[in-house]
Amino acid sequence: MISIITNHWQDLLYGLGQTLLCSILALFFSLIIGSFFAIFEVVPSKTLRIIARVYIEIFRNIPLLVITMFFYVVIPMFFVKVNGFTAGTIGLTIYTSAFIAETVRSGIQSVDPGQMEGSRANGMTFSQAMRYVVLPQAFRIVIPPLGNQFINLVKNSSVLAFVAGFDLMYQGNTIASTSFDTLNAYFVVGVLYLIITMPLSYYMRYLEKRLN
Amino acid sequence: MSMIEFHDVEKYYGKFHALHNINLTIEAGETVVLIGPSGSGKSTLIRTVNGLELINSGQLIVDGFDLADKKTDMNKIRKNVGMVFQHFNLYQNKTVLENIMIAPRIVLKRDETENKKVAMELLDRVGLADKAGSYPAQLSGGQSQRIAIARSLAMHPKCILFDEPTSALDPEMIDDVLNVMKDIARDSSMTMLVVTHEMGFAREVGDRVIFMADGRILEDDTKESFFDGQPTNERARQFLSKIIKH
Ligand SMILES: Nc1ncnc2c1ncn2[C@@H]1O[C@H](COP(=O)(O)OP(=O)(O)OP(=O)(O)O)[C@@H](O)[C@H]1O
Ligand SMILES: [Mg+2]
Repeated sequence: MISIITNHWQDLLYGLGQTLLCSILALFFSLIIGSFFAIFEVVPSKTLRIIARVYIEIFRNIPLLVITMFFYVVIPMFFVKVNGFTAGTIGLTIYTSAFIAETVRSGIQSVDPGQMEGSRANGMTFSQAMRYVVLPQAFRIVIPPLGNQFINLVKNSSVLAFVAGFDLMYQGNTIASTSFDTLNAYFVVGVLYLIITMPLSYYMRYLEKRLN
Repeated sequence: MSMIEFHDVEKYYGKFHALHNINLTIEAGETVVLIGPSGSGKSTLIRTVNGLELINSGQLIVDGFDLADKKTDMNKIRKNVGMVFQHFNLYQNKTVLENIMIAPRIVLKRDETENKKVAMELLDRVGLADKAGSYPAQLSGGQSQRIAIARSLAMHPKCILFDEPTSALDPEMIDDVLNVMKDIARDSSMTMLVVTHEMGFAREVGDRVIFMADGRILEDDTKESFFDGQPTNERARQFLSKIIKH
């Protein structure tokens, strides 16, 4: 195991970096996109609600790998070339955003409707009421399930390995097949994933405690 | 100009006919008490006034705005028409002070120093200046409702709608809230439409009493003729004797 680390630390570190970068980008954008679709699902406008429903149902129910392949293989056939890292990150963002949308929507709907009514009666517009009153309460409610989504996201970033994204999983595969020390190669990779997910999981729990 | 005018208003929830042929005029500065059995449409009626419920036909004019007209901006009406709910609906994620200051800040763009001054004065007026930094979850029902009233007043509305403001409260808290409401009612420029079965309030500061049943207004009397004369409508008479016994 030590030899895996000493011989391949540069590849592993690069992989860790790619996994981290992909996760951070996907987390940031899926949270924003997901929140928007969650809001679309509860707005008065029927058109927006339908758009959100369709988006969520499609991307929640297609394997992440299929979405990623679409960007990696199909898009380059008609438009621009997309490298593995970009395709994987976009795929992961879209896929995760559908789940985040569902999570945030359930949070919004579990906020007492009286909060929206009170805000509207107080003169606020729908978006002001959302922004200042409903969403802050909704996010508080959904911190635990959101934390699960984030951890899934980090793990799902291993989709990059299928599209030459040079992430942790990709490096693990390469090291395993060149060193023939499969057990230790994947063991080290597993530990490196834990190094990302454990602090994330602790942070989410801390956040949950602090807000209650 | 009248503050609120209903002309032949009809309201349905799906197939259910919730308001039948409502005709009602409330002048600026009046305090009108709305009573009636459960399910008679009191909440529905009061909620149409600030557009929380939409009417299906007829004409409803509030503060000069036509609510049946789709082009009317409800937010303009709500700036001048406050509402106090049975369950307070205070913003759970904001302190008491923020509950009062937020709408004037983001809706009226009131200057921050002025906003704070107004809010503190109102907290004083409802007797809860020491609660400025508390969160709604830390307040009793009676305190919450007084904060909710202060929040409405902070918008400097012309009219406030009250939907059973004391019916979720423990008996010993009711008077604190009623006293604040009476204080507002004595301000001659404020229009108040109050759904309540607190007949003491109606007698003391009410100008008119309206009795509703099955989505219809069955009685619309001055306070004097309602209490001293007896309502002409049989159901109103029975209802009145029932709530006064309590
Ligand atoms: N959103 C709604 N959808 C369908 N029916 C409704 C809705 N809101 C109220 N109703 C019905 O309309 C009727 C009048 O209700 P409303 O709440 O206005 O009565 P109320 O006089 O305020 O009663 P209470 O004293 O119990 O508050 C009731 O039969 C009620 O079931
Ligand atoms: Mg009611």
